[in-house]
This record gives sequence, C-alpha cells and structure tokens, in this order.
Amino acid sequence: MSTVEKPSYKVIGTRPIRHDGVDKVTGRAKYGADIRLTGMLWAAMLRSPHAHAKITRLDTSKAKALPGVRAVVTSKDFPDQGDRLVELGEGSVNMKHLAANVLAHDKVLYHGHAIAAVAADSIHIAQQAVELIEIEYEVLPPVQDALSAMKPESPVLNTDVRTKGYVAGGPGSADQPTNVASRIYFEQGDIKKGFADAAVVVEREFHTATVHQGYIEPHNATVLWNADGKVTVWMSTQGTFTARQQTAELLRIPVSDVKVVPMEIGGGFGGKISVYLPPVAAMLSKLSGRPVQLVMDRAAVLLATGPTPGSYIRVKVGTDKSGRIIAADAYLAYEAGAYPGSPIGPGCMCIFSCYDIPNARVEGYDVCVNKPRTNAYRAPGSTNAAFAMETVLDEIAKQLKLDPAEIRLLNAAKEGTRRVDGPKYSRIGMAETVEAIRDSAHYQSPLPGPNRGRGIATGFWFNVGLKSSVTATLNLDGKVSLLEGSTDIGGTRTSIAMQFAETLGIPCEDVHPSVVDTDSIGYTDVTGGSRTTFSTGIAAVNAANDIKQQLIERAAIHWQTTPDKVQYIDGGVTCSDGQRLTFKELAAELHELGGPVIGQGTSGKEAQGGAFGTHCVDVEVDPETGKVQILRYTAAQDCGTAIHPSYVEGQIQGGAVQGIGWALNEEFWYDPKGLLRNATFLDYRMPTCYDVPMIDAIIVEVPDPSHPYGVRGVGEVPICPPPAAIANAIANAVGVQMTTLPMSPPKIMAELLKQKK
Amino acid sequence: MAKKRIVSTTINGDAVEFLCEPRQTLLEILRDVLEMTGTKEGCGNGNCGSCTVLMNGKPVTSCLVLGVEAEGVELRTIEGVARGSELDEVQQAFLEGAALQCGICTPGFIMQTEALLACNPTPTEEEIRFHLAGNLCRCTGYDKIVRAVQCAAERRAGACHK
Repeated sequence: MSTVEKPSYKVIGTRPIRHDGVDKVTGRAKYGADIRLTGMLWAAMLRSPHAHAKITRLDTSKAKALPGVRAVVTSKDFPDQGDRLVELGEGSVNMKHLAANVLAHDKVLYHGHAIAAVAADSIHIAQQAVELIEIEYEVLPPVQDALSAMKPESPVLNTDVRTKGYVAGGPGSADQPTNVASRIYFEQGDIKKGFADAAVVVEREFHTATVHQGYIEPHNATVLWNADGKVTVWMSTQGTFTARQQTAELLRIPVSDVKVVPMEIGGGFGGKISVYLPPVAAMLSKLSGRPVQLVMDRAAVLLATGPTPGSYIRVKVGTDKSGRIIAADAYLAYEAGAYPGSPIGPGCMCIFSCYDIPNARVEGYDVCVNKPRTNAYRAPGSTNAAFAMETVLDEIAKQLKLDPAEIRLLNAAKEGTRRVDGPKYSRIGMAETVEAIRDSAHYQSPLPGPNRGRGIATGFWFNVGLKSSVTATLNLDGKVSLLEGSTDIGGTRTSIAMQFAETLGIPCEDVHPSVVDTDSIGYTDVTGGSRTTFSTGIAAVNAANDIKQQLIERAAIHWQTTPDKVQYIDGGVTCSDGQRLTFKELAAELHELGGPVIGQGTSGKEAQGGAFGTHCVDVEVDPETGKVQILRYTAAQDCGTAIHPSYVEGQIQGGAVQGIGWALNEEFWYDPKGLLRNATFLDYRMPTCYDVPMIDAIIVEVPDPSHPYGVRGVGEVPICPPPAAIANAIANAVGVQMTTLPMSPPKIMAELLKQKK
Repeated sequence: MAKKRIVSTTINGDAVEFLCEPRQTLLEILRDVLEMTGTKEGCGNGNCGSCTVLMNGKPVTSCLVLGVEAEGVELRTIEGVARGSELDEVQQAFLEGAALQCGICTPGFIMQTEALLACNPTPTEEEIRFHLAGNLCRCTGYDKIVRAVQCAAERRAGACHK
C-alpha cells in the first residue's frame, strides 16, 4: 500500500530476475571457501578450552616439526598495536583489543578464543599439528552475565578497561580495571512529575539470552602475501574496505598494499564485518611463501564469532487514563563479550523510539563478560529493547482495556517527534505500519480455540547512509557494466541496477552489475545498517545522471549544436529541433563522438529517515509441554519505496523468522565453567521450515525524502518486533507474561505451573 | 596415515575415479579433490543440509558420508541438475520466485527438493515443510522456498501432461 501517489516508474517496483541468480542455483557462484589457488595451503586454529585463563606456556615446536606443516603463528608473530583507537568506518576500535581477539595475547577471555594457527599441505595435517601445540593455562573464574560482571567483586577481564562516562557512586570505575566499559545516559522532560501524574504505571525486568546471527556460511579467508609485499585477501565479507583496513592495521602495513577480493557471501546479518581470519592467514602466507586458506568450522563460528548480547533490561512506563504515555524510564545492561563494544548505544536510543514521550530517561551500560566479543546482528540492540518496551505497553493496554493497535497509534512517533536521545524525526511511517496491521485480514479475523492468542508489536531501526561508490561503463551495444563496492548478500546487485536503469530509462536487464575488489572501485562502507539499496542506490543514480550529462554533450556533437539544445528524456536524447536518438543508437556512435563514456557516482549521507515495522502473530501454546506453535504471521513495514518487492518481502520474512528463533528457541548455553555447550546447529536450534508458517509481508510505502526514489532500508527492522509480539500472544493465549528470552518450553512450563499454584 | 584408495563412482551420469584417503568425507572429495564446489559446507556434522547430494537417488548429507562409500554408487550433485544450459524446473522456480538471498543453502535445498519431487510429485505444504526441515536457511524465512517448491511441482506436473 502506498501513502502517497507514486510516480509512475518503469523499472522500480517490478520483479526482474536477479543478475547473480543463475550462478546461485547451479552451484557456479564462488563463495569464500570455494576458491582454489595454485600451491594453496590449508590452515587450522588452536582455540581455548577455557572461558577465562592466563596462558602460562605456549610451545609450537612439535607442531612445526610435523612433516607437511609449513608455518605456525601465534600473537607473538604480529606487530604490537600499542594503545590506539582507529576509525574503521563502523566507529572507532581499540586495536589492542581487536588484535587480542584475532589471536589471544597472554590471556584467553572466552571458550573458543583463538590462540595459534597452523598452515599445512592438507587440512588434516594442519588439524593434527594443532593438537601437537603444547599449552598450559592458569584457569581463572569466569563471569557470564552483565549484572554479575558489574559487581565490584566480579573477576575482571581486561586490565585496561575503565568506565567511559563514569559517574561517582555508579557501576564501574574511572581509575581501576573494571568490566563496565561505558555508561550511556539521556533524558528529556521531567520523569518524576510524569510518573506522579500517571494513572497507570507498569514496571518489569527482562533477561534475554545471547544469540548468534547463524549465517550458514562459516567465516573464511584465503590470503597471498606476495614477494612484492602486496597482500591479496579473497574472502566473504560484508565490507571489503573495512576488511582491508582492519587487516592492514593489524599487520601494520599500508592500506593500499592490501587488496580484498569479495567472494560471494553466505549470510552475514552484521556478523561478517569484524575481521578474524585474514591477518592470521596473511601471516601464515608470509611465513610459508604460499597462499593460505583458513576456514572456520561450525563450532568455531558459534564459539568465537557473532553473537549479539544477552541483556538485562528494566522498563517502567506510565500513561494517563486515555493510554497516552507521559513518562518512561529504562535501565539496560548489555553484554559486550570479551572486549568493550556491545550495541548498548542503539539499544538505549531504540527502546522508546517508536513513541512520542514527553518525559523519559534512559541509562545503559556496556559490560565485558567471558563470552565472544559481540557483533552487530540485524538492528543491533533494538530487538532486546523492543521485547521489553512492547510487552510493557501491552500490559498497560490490557489494564486500560485498550486495543493494542490503538495504544500504539495513540502514542506513535511521527514527523517532528523528538526521540529521547535528541534527534527529531523527518517523515516516517510508524503509524502507517500499525494501521496496516490493524486493518489487515489477519488482525480482523477471529482466532477461536483454547490456548490460542494473538499479539502485535512494533520495532524501529535508524538505517544509516554512509559512503558508497559506483562506476558505470557504457558499452557500444547500449548496455552498461556497473561496478560497485557493496557486497551482495540478498539481491542488492539487482536493487542497485534497477535504480540505475530507472534513472536512464533503460531495461534493468541491460545493466550488468559486478561487485569488485578494493583496487577497482572507490571507497564503499559495509553492506549493513540497511544502507545498501539506499546509499549505493544513490551512488548509482548519481552515476546514471553523470552518464546522462555526458550523453547530452555527445548528442550535441552529433547534431552539431550546443548541449543546452539537447535534453535527456525517456531513455534517449532529444534535440530542440525535434531530432531524437535512443540510448542504444547514441551508444553505438560513441567512438565517433569522442570515445568511451564512463559515469561515476558517490554518496555520503550520514543517515536515513528511519524505518518502522509492526507484526501480528497468532500462537497456540501446548499446556502440557510449554511449546509454542506459530499459527499465522503477518509483518507490515514501511519500506519507503520498494525497489524490488520480492526481495523486500524476503528481507521482512527472513528477519521475522530470525526474530521467531530468538523469541522461542535460540540461546547460547554456558555451563558453570563458562563453556559453551551447544556449539552445533543441532543444539543451537534455529527455526526450520517445519517450525514456521508462511510469513505474510505487507509493504507500506512512505517515501523517505532523503532518497531520490524514496527508498528506506528494509533489512533490519523486521527482527525487532517478533519476540515482543510472540510474548504478547502467549500472554493472551494462556495468561502468563514472559519476561525472559528465549521463551522455550521449560520457561513457559515454569510460568504455567506457577500460575496453577 | 592409511594409504589412499581408488574409488570408482558415477557423478551426474559420468564415470569418475578418484584417489581418496579413508578419512576423507564425500564432501571433501567433491569440493577439494574433484573441485566441484557447488556443494557447500555449512556445519560439517549433518545438521544444516547445505551439502546435500543424491546417492542412488536418496538425499544424503555428504559431510556424513565417507569418500570410499561412493564406490559403485550413482551420485547427483547441484552441478548435474540443469539439462545442459537449460535450468530444470526446481532451479527455475527458485530463481523466479526469489527463493534465495545469500544463496549458500540453495544447492542443498534444490537437491532436497529434487529428492522430494522424485518420490512425491504433488506434495502438500505440510509435506514440503516436513521434507525440507533438515535444510537450514537463515535468510528467507522459508516462505519463498516453500512457494518455489510448490511452483516447481506444478510446472513439472504440467510438463508431464503435455
């Protein structure tokens, strides 16, 4: 549904077959682990069997002596990083922490922490050599959750961490080692007065488990450190340029000496931005003089990459009699994992972001624990926050006997609303997504039967802009080679090519997009933040406009007139005297009219307008087992303008199902020693197709004024609402209000049994 | 290390011989010895289905099959699904139905679908979901995959009626 009358587009809004599709259904597409180089070695890694320990002895001599072993590396083989912060395009990173995460220095901080790596003639020899590495540990007590790690008596992971933003008397320390890495705080209005005036106040505490992005393709890197000092990295990554910079910084070589070649990427969801393997494979290549391929196994992926934080959240919301929110207070503590850097900032900014709240306060903490260093995962920080806020809001609606859609509409943020952390929204579609759900056939249908309930919830993500580059070469046959730096995780070659084609008025099939290496295109930020179709799309539109301008000049030469007499209209050029050449006709004559035409475009907007989604779910709870079955699911989202509706729906459906997994099953299980006991896909239970129904996606289109075609990023929002929507549905089905994630059968059974007492 | 064995097998209709260490999996043989990298490794322990191939017509996770077990069998991999340069109905349905995003699980899903449609040409949604439950996809939420399988089944049925 569209909220404004849409311009008539020829390409945008259609559903062409993606350009890389045939390669991906025939097995020809080359992913990170598919590259084979002459003389290539295979590498394996030693990982910590402890959650927290000092390394007291490390001897690799026996591993080095095994026939077939070509190189062994530990952190001692890498240059010292000193104490420095480096801007890596995704915020500044402490290089000492990044280096110690790649290969542990004197301490291991989580089960699976990488310690050493071996390159050998076969993977089996490399694995055998890893077992020959002699290592001794002094095991230290671990701390696994944010609240425990904030206590003064907790074991401390990093001796160099102090609390950024420390306030006297609060958690952490300004001058002593602490696990509390930072404090975030903002407020508006007067919450004391707000709560004093409130007719209804609900306050709840929430705990959410650590979960993993769960991409099917493990991390990988194949690296050649050539004799000329140039390093080439073939890998699957969400961002070749950040991978290049992280690799160069960790090796302390000039960034231009590293070339990152993007292979097809088998899922990322935020987890393939940080670098783990390329510097290690690079050093193994340098020492052996051979290209080295290093691929994680699934256990390593779950032990040592990803996750998004487990969290503790307390939310208190007060409304007047009509349901209007007049005060809100939140306290959030997010697990950073081994090193500082959880998405506590976005968590704090998102928790009240869907609503217009006059009096609000948010306080948040980033806390180190003995788990892998957390990474972005689809709207990082926002899902945890939405689970808390959206279930509290439903409780209030129940007390006031308000329809859950109506209380959301009553309080919906809109253009001009000031978010608690400061910014005012431009045109947004929050209310429109709630209306779309309220008016949907799903929401309007009855839901008969025992133990069944319906729930809705809303979610928000900022969506970033950042930098992108596109180059377009016009061929004599009138087709265009489009080069871009954005790695394509879910069809963005096509969504970018479509915007380019629309701008020039040519068929999408005549644009041939390629994702190219860091030597072949201008700087481009990561495929993340729901930015690619937005920002690389703007770059593509700019490149198309550049070509338009050049074609006007060439046409002027052709007609022996001046460019101001020529206009580019509807896929061709028209002279003021009425003569016309189509795009193809003009392209065929380029070599006679001055030579090749190459267009370029960049973009660099900081932000988009922000995106919202509202989901509706029907569940049935088995009162004997506590198992929750999803009966029906509908997700509405404001996508600005849907460029390729199939892939917009796909993002919404995929995000919703990840959210369903987070809600019902997924969690890292650590034992009392801090060891991860479910590092397989059998025990880390992601949804299968037998667990979920069809996911109905409703595309709401409230164009974002900051994009030429009104695009809003789509990818991240849809993971935010599911846990809260499902919790609300469970409450309506069986009367228990869940406050922990996942809402797995034992947890629901425990609540049902409490209810019976 | 035990000596390598010579294994004689049939892959996508062609007679193939390869040298194999007893410890090597069929997946490793396909990818690293025969350089058929269309079959993907997602987990290495049979939980994700990305490495699904057909062995004598039955779907197997090739990471749980030893290379030497391929002796005398008929294997079909993603590389053998298309008829020359023409995609088969399942590939075409996945492509047109946007049933893939990153695409890493796609070869496994296509092989599993081939196995399903070979024994049940008109599966219900429930049967499709049950049959594909051993294949994990993290991108799509399965909606478009299930629809693609339905579409492929319909097209294949249509082709049979001709």
